[in-house]
Amino acid sequence: MIDLSHLRLDFPVLQRRVHGQPLVFLDSAASSQKPTQVLDVMDAVYRTHYANVHRGAYLLSEESTTAYEEARGKVAKFINATSRTEVVFTRGTTTALNTVAFGWGMDNLSAGDRVLLTMMEHHANVVPWQMVARRTGAELVYLPMTGDHRLDLDRLPELLDERVRVVSFTGMSNVTGTLPPVTDIARMAHEIGALVVVDAAQLVTHVPIDVQQLEADFIAFSGHKMLGPTGIGALWGRPSLLEEMEPFEGGGEMISDVRLDGSTWAPVPHKFEAGTPPIVEAIGLGAAVDYLEKIGMESVRRHDRELTGYALNRLTELPQVRVFGPEDLEQRGGVISFALGDVHPHDVATVLDQEGVAVRAGHHCAKPLTRALGVPATARASFQVYNTREDVDALVTGLRRVEEVFRVD
Amino acid sequence: MSIEELYREVILDHYRNPRNRGALDHPDAHAEGNNPLCGDELLLDLRFDGDRVAEVAIQGQGCSISQSSASMMSQAINGKTLDEVRDLIATFKTMMDIETPAQAGLDPDRPGAVLGDLEALQGVRKFPVRIKCANLAWTTLEEALQSHQSSVFRNQL
Repeated sequence: MIDLSHLRLDFPVLQRRVHGQPLVFLDSAASSQKPTQVLDVMDAVYRTHYANVHRGAYLLSEESTTAYEEARGKVAKFINATSRTEVVFTRGTTTALNTVAFGWGMDNLSAGDRVLLTMMEHHANVVPWQMVARRTGAELVYLPMTGDHRLDLDRLPELLDERVRVVSFTGMSNVTGTLPPVTDIARMAHEIGALVVVDAAQLVTHVPIDVQQLEADFIAFSGHKMLGPTGIGALWGRPSLLEEMEPFEGGGEMISDVRLDGSTWAPVPHKFEAGTPPIVEAIGLGAAVDYLEKIGMESVRRHDRELTGYALNRLTELPQVRVFGPEDLEQRGGVISFALGDVHPHDVATVLDQEGVAVRAGHHCAKPLTRALGVPATARASFQVYNTREDVDALVTGLRRVEEVFRVD
Repeated sequence: MSIEELYREVILDHYRNPRNRGALDHPDAHAEGNNPLCGDELLLDLRFDGDRVAEVAIQGQGCSISQSSASMMSQAINGKTLDEVRDLIATFKTMMDIETPAQAGLDPDRPGAVLGDLEALQGVRKFPVRIKCANLAWTTLEEALQSHQSSVFRNQL
């Protein structure tokens, strides 16, 4: 098994104890911890280089601007974009998806059109489309799941008719860890001329991403789930689409000229970056990309797959634990939702917390999916590069403690 | 602080065997409560006999704290007058308020100030993120009483 345990020392928070126990952090799918390499870069920017970007004709502003644009270049290279101008910095995945839903949807959707989503979407890839559908008269349809919580691709051809203008779906479920075949779906969607949008919030930090291979038109992701700071994310888009799409937000920085009777937009990607951007966060995201590149995303994926396999295996020792999602490790990543007997996930999480083990409990901002699983909520353990087999062992020990407290046999 | 202080025997009992489950036909008061963050849900029906609670019925789903609190509440308010129920709500809220001593509102001489089994929920105070679970049934009850009061008021007009 690939050993990345040396990375743990890079993450100061992992030295913490909670409730007298060493911290076992298994909630990275909600937000990951940050390595010193990211924290130091951000600190150094604030202490020595900070000024607003693209404005001042003075040294600090030039330095900030260079670092900000270099970070864009790092993100572009990380996902194998052709040019850094294909990467729009956003507040996160949510803003990126809203930018497409409103920017593209408001001008291109109308009554009779359809947007195809799936049953396993995060609310960030449902609610913006619902809002745009309500304004344009377009209709939303949802691709169902199979019994083992994969997308039911057999149903895809019948749903992909000429009314479908957009297919927007997750590259990796934040609840079941399911990895849909993105490229296959994108090809089928393109055959009928639909726009393909991929929510890559989880995918980007678990699996190597190459936008040339994915064949999507837009992909959206966040910095904070990939070892970077909050408040920064990215929207990658095909250059022609970014050119023709209207900006979702107006303000400073995104204009070419402003007159009383109208304005013209700055070139891509700046026309989508209204207002002072999260400068230091963007540079921090660049540092997170450097960190992941140094490990190598192939190693990240291998570590994630092996740890997930180990966890799924160990969880079978607890007969009362029911794991959701596909069993095939090629079709899932390191996000494991489960139920333990009749114990409510919040109670599972509270008992685990007392043992130092941090997991998420709830609907994970994917209520249609949790409803489809037939549960009001799940407990979820999720992995990052800093997690180890010992963390999984602590989870299993903690779950035995839950069984003891709740007398589950 | 041990986890058993939170998950007392009586809480687990009410979670696994909730009292007064179900719905009432044509209830005098009805309210629905939920904690959007964690998905706890509660539906509360009340029937009154004069100013006394004559019947309570509860549906919903959620964690052991929210559901046991609802179950214990349903027993505690059954047969009580509206004034006593309001007193009980205040007593419970005082117990859940981490700014006041847990026993502050309790008074063995006032029927509305005797929590009985509900005192088992005291341990929740030490788990601040779970307090809203314990309070869900009670805020829903307040809403039901309010809607009842305004409908009584309307009928008197």
